[in-house]
Amino acid sequence: MLKLVPRKEPNRAMLYATPFLAVLMTLVAGFLLFTLLGKDPLHAMYLIFVKPLTDFNSVAEMLVKATPLVLIGVGLAIGFRAGVWNIGAEGQFTIGAITGGSVALAAYPEGGPLLLPAMALAGALGGMAWAAIPAFLRTRFNASEILVSLMLVYVATLLLSLLVHGPLRDPDGFNFPESRLFQEDALLPALIPDTRAHWGFVVGLFAVVAAYVYLERMLLGFQVKVLGQAPRAARFAGYSEKKIVWTCFMISGGLAGIAGLFETAGPVGQLVPSLPVGYGFTAIIVAFLGRLHPVGILFAALLMALTYIGGETAQIEMSLPSATTSVFQGMLLFFLLATDVLVNFRLARAGKPAAAAVRPAAPTPAE
Amino acid sequence: MDLLLNVLLGVVVAATPLVFASIGELVAEKSGVLNLGVEGMMIVGAIAAFAGTVASGSYVVGILTGALAGAAMAALFGVLTLTLMSNQVACGLALTLFGLGLSALIGQAYSGVSLPQFPRLDIPVLSEIPFVGPLIFGQDALVYLSFALVAAVAWFLTRTRAGLVLRAVGENHDAAHGIGYPVIAIRYLAVMFGGACAGLGGAYLSLVQTPLWVEKMTAGRGWIALALVVFASWRPLRVLGGAYLFGGITIMQLHSQALGLKIDAQILSMLPYIATIVVLVVISRDRVKMKLNAPSCLGKVFYATS
Repeated sequence: MLKLVPRKEPNRAMLYATPFLAVLMTLVAGFLLFTLLGKDPLHAMYLIFVKPLTDFNSVAEMLVKATPLVLIGVGLAIGFRAGVWNIGAEGQFTIGAITGGSVALAAYPEGGPLLLPAMALAGALGGMAWAAIPAFLRTRFNASEILVSLMLVYVATLLLSLLVHGPLRDPDGFNFPESRLFQEDALLPALIPDTRAHWGFVVGLFAVVAAYVYLERMLLGFQVKVLGQAPRAARFAGYSEKKIVWTCFMISGGLAGIAGLFETAGPVGQLVPSLPVGYGFTAIIVAFLGRLHPVGILFAALLMALTYIGGETAQIEMSLPSATTSVFQGMLLFFLLATDVLVNFRLARAGKPAAAAVRPAAPTPAE
Repeated sequence: MDLLLNVLLGVVVAATPLVFASIGELVAEKSGVLNLGVEGMMIVGAIAAFAGTVASGSYVVGILTGALAGAAMAALFGVLTLTLMSNQVACGLALTLFGLGLSALIGQAYSGVSLPQFPRLDIPVLSEIPFVGPLIFGQDALVYLSFALVAAVAWFLTRTRAGLVLRAVGENHDAAHGIGYPVIAIRYLAVMFGGACAGLGGAYLSLVQTPLWVEKMTAGRGWIALALVVFASWRPLRVLGGAYLFGGITIMQLHSQALGLKIDAQILSMLPYIATIVVLVVISRDRVKMKLNAPSCLGKVFYATS
């Protein structure tokens, strides 16, 4: 029998190896899943993980999908490091799209170079305002930010539906529940000509760098990490938990709001009720897969985007159910969390009087 | 009178899945495990029960399949959080995301399939009493089961030795381990009981409430069930009250038009979610009371050092 023995120090090598291990295990499990479904597993794997990379347009589409995942994932990771669980990014994403998109609709048909920056600002502020609700209720009334932020996802989705059925509906349309198409100046310029890849991805890269600097070089970023790893130490050191909770929610809410605006001003081009497609939830997986590290999140987002694009191809070519992608993503998170144990523990044969009296090593940022 | 009766019958239908899911989660939390995957276990229970019923032609088999599927999901959560000591919050989220995907994958073959009306357990003579009869003596078997389950859990936790041990594990796992109780094994059982209950809640949705399989049909009920446990201050009988209160709020949107209220459908649909937030705020406001009510080891990882 094997037994888990705590390591004296978290294992750095394992910290970086476990995401790859998890991806590998997901591939094996996926292989079994496809065999069970009666589909050719090798061909499915090829379609999901290799084929998109051989096609220029698919690579551009990958950037489109990776953009919201990077933006939201980076913001969430900062909170997760501090033990602040904003799991309602999907709602902040939706509200950001509404507030930012409303600026474009209010200005219609006017444009100008200042329109897009104004929309992005409104999107960020919208996301922050929506995130302020769980932050306030947590800091003032001690209410679980997990449940409050999640409940607000449903409220935000219904609010979007309400608005595009009413005040924001296209006045020249045929009563379809959608806004009018944004004017030219309200649309994000293409990053790669003739594709849907837009400049939002570059903003995502900026967010990665900014988050890295924030966590590694700034005092509040340091406090965020301490609160997550050693809450008691943080309290003794006099760090304000309130301030950290607020900071985490404002950063993640603002980034999710911008991501929502980019989605509506980028690939979609108008406000539609089906705008929120789950990026806010997938970004949670992205944040963990990237080890809550900004650079890791960038790669994790690209990998996740790959499964989206490849998953779509596989669905069409092999008539797979559309839920296959989300099953894959869920399995990936499972395996990742399962292998995480190897960072702080090592496997040993049971029965041996190993140094079992050692306390478990301090949790690493990965937890 | 007929309208009132219809409203009240609707409340029962809306509340029952919440009763199942939250009483199960209460037991898991009492043992010190915070399983945020209720939504995922519920939706997998819903499709498993539906598929089981369609395949076997028997409601009993279907309901059991639903409960087993929920328990299996919970066991998966147990492996991750109890054996592998992973973060409970993250694993709960993973369970929900995975459950939503898995149920959609299985459910694809069942879209458009419908089941006959779930049979009611009309108790002879009594169910013919006007008004009270259909309301109290004319419900389906699962409704009665939900009430029995709440009573059983209340009795188990406060009146039996095993219940006391379970609570001890949730309050102080190191002490319980020191006395010699198998902390991890007890938590596995509690979590799997919670999963089975969530599966039953899901089964009620797909077999009785609709009765159809619809993707994402739980629509946040698993999360509301989690909030109900906090609302009930971890007390079984209050879970019942909370679930019926929320059932009432949910049913309002169906009957508001009959009552002549002119409110947008979307705003009415928001009500249960907003009510959840309000309730959480009201209950959580008192930090001292929350600390006293919540199991002390809730969400904490246990590692036996000796």
